[in-house]
Amino acid sequence: MAAPASGLDFAEIDLAETPLRELNAALHALADGSPKHWRILNPRGAHAIAVGVDAPVDIEIDGHAGYYCAGMNKQATVRVHGNAGVGVAENIMSGSVVVEGNASQSAGASGHGGLLSIRGSASARCGISMKGVDIVVRGSVGHMSAFMAQKGRLVVCGDAGDALGDSIYEARLYVRGSVASLGADCIEKEMRDEHMAELADLLERAEVTEVEAGDFRRYGSARRLYNFDIDNAGAY
Amino acid sequence: MCGIAGLFSKTTDLEAQLGAHLGEMLLQLGDRGPDSAGVAFYRNPVPSGSSKVALHSADPRQDWHAVHAALSTAFGAGEPEVRASHAVIAVETGADDVVRWLRERYPELRVMSAGEAIELYKEAVLPREFVERFELATMDGSHALGHTRMATESKVTTDGSHPFSTGLDLCLVHNGSLSNHNRLREQLRAEGIEFQTENDTEVAAGYLTWRMREGATLEQALEGCLEDLDGFYTFAVGTADGFAVLRDPIACKPAVMAETDDWVAMASEYRAIAVLPGAETAETWEPEPGRVYSWERAPV
Amino acid sequence: MATATSGWRPGLRESALYDRNVIHAIQRAAAEGIYDIRGFGAKRRVPHFDDLLFLGASISRYPLEGYRERCDTDVVLGDRHARKPLHLKIPITIAGMSFGALSGPAKEALGRGASAVGTSTTTGDGGMTPEERGHSDVLVYQLLPSRYGMNPDDLRKADAIEIVVGQGAKPGGGGMLLGQKISDRVAEMRDLPKGIDQRSACRHPDWTGPDDMEIKIQELREITDWEKPVFVKVAASRPYYDVALAVKAGADVVVLDGMQGGTAATQEVFIEHAGIPTLAAIRPAVDALVELGMHRKVQLIVSGGIRSGADVAKALALGADAVSIGVAALIAMGDNSPEHEEGYTEIGASAGFYDDWHEGRDPAGISTQIDELAARFDPELGGRRLANYLRTMVLETQTLARACGKSHVHNLEPEDLVALTAEAAAMARVPLAGTSWIPGLNE
Repeated sequence: MAAPASGLDFAEIDLAETPLRELNAALHALADGSPKHWRILNPRGAHAIAVGVDAPVDIEIDGHAGYYCAGMNKQATVRVHGNAGVGVAENIMSGSVVVEGNASQSAGASGHGGLLSIRGSASARCGISMKGVDIVVRGSVGHMSAFMAQKGRLVVCGDAGDALGDSIYEARLYVRGSVASLGADCIEKEMRDEHMAELADLLERAEVTEVEAGDFRRYGSARRLYNFDIDNAGAY
Repeated sequence: MCGIAGLFSKTTDLEAQLGAHLGEMLLQLGDRGPDSAGVAFYRNPVPSGSSKVALHSADPRQDWHAVHAALSTAFGAGEPEVRASHAVIAVETGADDVVRWLRERYPELRVMSAGEAIELYKEAVLPREFVERFELATMDGSHALGHTRMATESKVTTDGSHPFSTGLDLCLVHNGSLSNHNRLREQLRAEGIEFQTENDTEVAAGYLTWRMREGATLEQALEGCLEDLDGFYTFAVGTADGFAVLRDPIACKPAVMAETDDWVAMASEYRAIAVLPGAETAETWEPEPGRVYSWERAPV
Repeated sequence: MATATSGWRPGLRESALYDRNVIHAIQRAAAEGIYDIRGFGAKRRVPHFDDLLFLGASISRYPLEGYRERCDTDVVLGDRHARKPLHLKIPITIAGMSFGALSGPAKEALGRGASAVGTSTTTGDGGMTPEERGHSDVLVYQLLPSRYGMNPDDLRKADAIEIVVGQGAKPGGGGMLLGQKISDRVAEMRDLPKGIDQRSACRHPDWTGPDDMEIKIQELREITDWEKPVFVKVAASRPYYDVALAVKAGADVVVLDGMQGGTAATQEVFIEHAGIPTLAAIRPAVDALVELGMHRKVQLIVSGGIRSGADVAKALALGADAVSIGVAALIAMGDNSPEHEEGYTEIGASAGFYDDWHEGRDPAGISTQIDELAARFDPELGGRRLANYLRTMVLETQTLARACGKSHVHNLEPEDLVALTAEAAAMARVPLAGTSWIPGLNE
């Protein structure tokens, strides 16, 4: 499917008419003259929408997306006007993904960079295995969020479920509401000036204005599991 | 592994369309469950004292009229409603009597379900074929569960398909894989629960039946699952009055719920809910792990 | 005083149950308070291909001439869905082994050797290195639970994608790399702090189960425009079910790794006590494919203890499309070679016994991240050795195939085999030699 012939900087794809494969192929074949703004209609929970994009374009998805929306995104700005299924922005490298509604499990899983912004809530395993992505959730996150989180920042304006940050490495977590429980080796840490500044910057980038950095607490690794010690065997 | 779906109607209009909508949901779940499909509809409740059985025959030329005639003579029975390989017959006696009678007189027929409202149909065919063969589009009902199967460790057979019914008006569909079902099956057998397959879901259904037989409410029986079942599961349970949903505490298997003024729905993937009228503006959420959710019709 | 190692004298009797290795294991645990971790694969004897024999041609069957008459070895992998399936010249591939577990020069050598003979290598639990992509003509890129180094650019540079559900050494376990091997470069590739132990996930972060794996496979295909074959690698555990599920989830190729499969590091108990032998896994896997009408349409690659062309031929005869080697490739390149005996002795090991790959002190420079040691390994020489070994295995396979009258190694079939033991006969479902008895099938 070639880019729409209208010559405009804008393209609209209706997934009720166009096969997903063609949409993604078009998004992978962008050249200098290709549209910079894309609108996708009738997603109706389809999986793998706008995956593997590597171009500084805007993509608006009108409705609810299925699994792995914007998976492995690079450079693009993807906005879901609805909810997103499992693994939204999984392995995101750069660019930004915004979910206006709620996100299902494993949002931002193993993300390397860029920003994932969830205006509603995320369910379990938000930020699991994160490797540098920044995730800002206006609502709450479910259990096992930031599980084995290596790098990057997770900001939760609402509450966090059980086992937050279990087996966390060097990612930094900021939670405004309650934390149901902390996972293995995850502890509350001191909020210093540099953390306040970092958090304020993240909130601003995610366009979250109703809260203050000072309302949050910081969580991170106690670093006791970094090298095996038999006395910590119970935490494994 | 599998796809599950549940639809509970809040209006009479939707009741008339229940089968059409559930059929559309099943088609969306066909990829994750290509081996077989099954549904349990709750409809046309029989008067108290009577019961309804759904029967399956492996014989494509099964003479349902003969069965009906014999049941009529024995107890009094309504005309069989035949759909593909199944027939539903209302009988003027309690379910236990009918089931016992059928076991003696027609051991080759499989009793898929028994109760006052439930009708259970399942077959080891592609979901798309199942929806056509069983003419789901013509079925009405107050609520229904559906399932598409990707068999994990037991055979792809009609018996191994879901839903499983091990109690009156009770059925279970499952997405996931249990890990302690073999020992549990033996324990339940010792308690008098019978099993037809090696399937893990059948064990979970038997567990619920046993707990409720021993006096637990459905909620308590489901909470018991959290203690006594090991493994991964999203369960949807159908009862005469409604349905319930439970996810295990680790909650790796998906579940999406949605509600409008006309319906409450549950499915493994949102795209199965997307086919329902008004889905775009429905309230959608994910059930939390380890928590029993249930919906019931108010008594009239 | 006599010990178990200082030589036998009349009156000294070792226990089969508490032999010298068991005694050492118990006393080590008592001293250290932690399970033993090591590399390599299962060392104890289990039924394997050595228990099978080929029925060479005689009067009822005719052989092919060794030199003039063709015995082809090529294999196509992944033509079920991919636009660009892999065309390999030989049915032996190099299994996934990580940069991190192995040194950079070792990975380079694997690429050189494989490319010289027209086959593929596979990345491991650390991602793709430029050296490996540069030296390997055909490269399979693994998607593991850890997702270390995963990125769409490497996904697109790969020739195939391998979703790792598990490996034979540790079915149900995750990757492991101890701090001493997390060098600067490894740390950077894996986004970990240097020198810490890599704790590993055993499940993928964004899917669990074949029904959701199907959706993940769809995503990977969409990202790569349906170009590349998708492999699914499973440990041999319940192969009949696992292979059927991999097919239903959309796999183009299934890689089945028996319990003898190697690892860079995991608990000893895992290696020796979980998973089933490669020999026992193949027939159930092939049954699943046949029942789904997918034998030869979804290809089966078998690994775990493949050592010679005899093993290759037997795996193919039982229904595999290809085999994969890991430990054997490292040994070919110099691991456990007597030429390094001095180095092994220095670290308390000896050539032929060395399995502490997790420590990263390998004098051969293969399973280490220490630059000084890795520099001892010459990747060109290593590549040549690997190529020689692969060529030899292929010649051996062809020798046996021709003797059975086959003009293509894929025409080897179970009926070309007999077994030496009842266990092997039952597992391979071939008769005990000289009889028609297949335990479990006919009495």
